[in-house]
Amino acid sequence: MIIIDGLVKKYGDRTVVDNISLEIGQGETFGLLGPNGAGKTTTIRILTMLTKPTDGRIRINNWRLPEDDLQIKGTIGVVPQHLNLDIDLTARENLDLHGRLHHIPGAERHKRIEELLEYVELNERSMDMVQTFSGGMKRRLMIARALFHRPQVLFLDEPTVGLDPQVRRRLWDLVRRLNGDGITVLLTTHYIEEAENLCKRVAIMDKGKLIALNSPAALCRRLGEYVVEWNEKGSTEYRFFGARHEAVAFAGELSTDATIRRSNLEDVFVELTGRKVVGL
Amino acid sequence: MNFSDIYTVFWRDWIVLDRRLGKFILSRMVTPILYLVAFGWGLGRGIQMNNGSYLDFIVPGIVAMNAMNISFNSVASPLNMARLYYRTFEEYLIAPIGPASFVIGKILAGSLRGLLSCAVILVLAYLFGASLHINFGFLLVLGLTSLLFGAMGLIAAMRINSHEDMANFSTYFLLPMSFLCATFFSTDKLPYAIRLVIEFLPLTHATYALRKLGAGGEAPWMSIAVLLAYTVMLIGAGIWTMRHVRD
Ligand SMILES: Nc1ncnc2c1ncn2[C@@H]1O[C@H](COP(=O)(O)OP(=O)(O)OP(=O)(O)O)[C@@H](O)[C@H]1O
Ligand SMILES: [Mg+2]
Repeated sequence: MIIIDGLVKKYGDRTVVDNISLEIGQGETFGLLGPNGAGKTTTIRILTMLTKPTDGRIRINNWRLPEDDLQIKGTIGVVPQHLNLDIDLTARENLDLHGRLHHIPGAERHKRIEELLEYVELNERSMDMVQTFSGGMKRRLMIARALFHRPQVLFLDEPTVGLDPQVRRRLWDLVRRLNGDGITVLLTTHYIEEAENLCKRVAIMDKGKLIALNSPAALCRRLGEYVVEWNEKGSTEYRFFGARHEAVAFAGELSTDATIRRSNLEDVFVELTGRKVVGL
Repeated sequence: MNFSDIYTVFWRDWIVLDRRLGKFILSRMVTPILYLVAFGWGLGRGIQMNNGSYLDFIVPGIVAMNAMNISFNSVASPLNMARLYYRTFEEYLIAPIGPASFVIGKILAGSLRGLLSCAVILVLAYLFGASLHINFGFLLVLGLTSLLFGAMGLIAAMRINSHEDMANFSTYFLLPMSFLCATFFSTDKLPYAIRLVIEFLPLTHATYALRKLGAGGEAPWMSIAVLLAYTVMLIGAGIWTMRHVRD
């Protein structure tokens, strides 16, 4: 469970997280979406105590931040956006270090290392230096590391960047399974369909502010469940309709070919954040 | 602070060192051999210092200087990289361990490298014909010197925000200390004002103490007390810095 109340982060004069309030229930998988620079990573860094908030109150599983920092650190798992494995260590040693830092006793630690290496399919490379890994292998190892100490709350900051489709799907399955176990997951992603698939609720952030918060279906409904999409002078135009017959009628009056389809979360995202890449 | 957390932090640095221990020791032989040849054999042949050979005079200086440089750099450089570039430092910030455990573990690991490289020098110096008394006091002074400069390295790594400025820190602080702190010559003949400044620097006391103990003299309590004070102060400052490292 995560409760954020009035969170603000300023770097100098620039407000990068602007008065965000949000409650994420226990066992919920919550998606945080937003364009580059919206403040998603900063929010996660504050929740994981890597960055100090300028203002606001935070509770994670009823612990208060920053007062109960050691308790919170013991219950959270983090996959950061950037790679941060220890490249002077092997894959196994990276996990071992993490287990030791989380006070997991020797026998259990070794069992867990095997389990997780197997899970992310790195057991054959477990004795290799992380430096020699491909980008996707490193990311898989980071996921294994975040799960190592069986966290109650998991922060995944673009966890599927650079993963091949099979591994990505396995990660989705994993998130669903964790969810079934009552683990709270806060996920950011630029693959909107990923959030649509996994998250019961999503928030859309732009320029530090929360501009939408609801279930993907509700957000689509608000925008209009049907889209007419057509080409005009080289750019794609959209129009949203609440009912199918309205969309059909509108498309019939267009002078060009048009597509009618159901709206999706990506439409909501583009519409709300309003930064279409025009004319490229 | 928790002993097993200190050990975990130390353990990580130890396995990295262990993997390249041979290379580490070999690389640590180069500078001292150059010093021993240049100052011990080359320059020092004709010089007598306080009724002893120049070699016996400078070996404690070289050992102290080396303890400073290696302990400082073993902590400062990798930690600065881990914080700014590889971001592995975050793994410790996210872990449920206290700041003091991290600081002490890192300083101990850096000091170990400092001490190992000093052992290399002492063996080489012996082969070059130096005669030194190595007793408990000598090791204590060496230990304190390594710890205090390891702590200084940690503070530098946490505070300095670019790799280039780290190199500058060495140039502006460590390099002058290497030369001025009674390492290669006795400070008696320096102007009073400069001597006063030099008397404040920890490396001076490390050199004094090692020279005195190495010659079989009695324990220089004053210098040991100064080193101890510096060690406690810098480790304290390191823990404070670690507590305030988040932006
Ligand atoms: N250490 C810092 N100092 C100054 N500004 C920062 C710092 N870290 C982040 N910012 C600024 O905060 C804003 C939000 O960045 P953040 O990384 O949170 O965005 P994001 O939503 O995660 O974007 P992306 O999708 O690209 O990962 C950006 O304008 C960024 O420049
Ligand atoms: Mg980000």
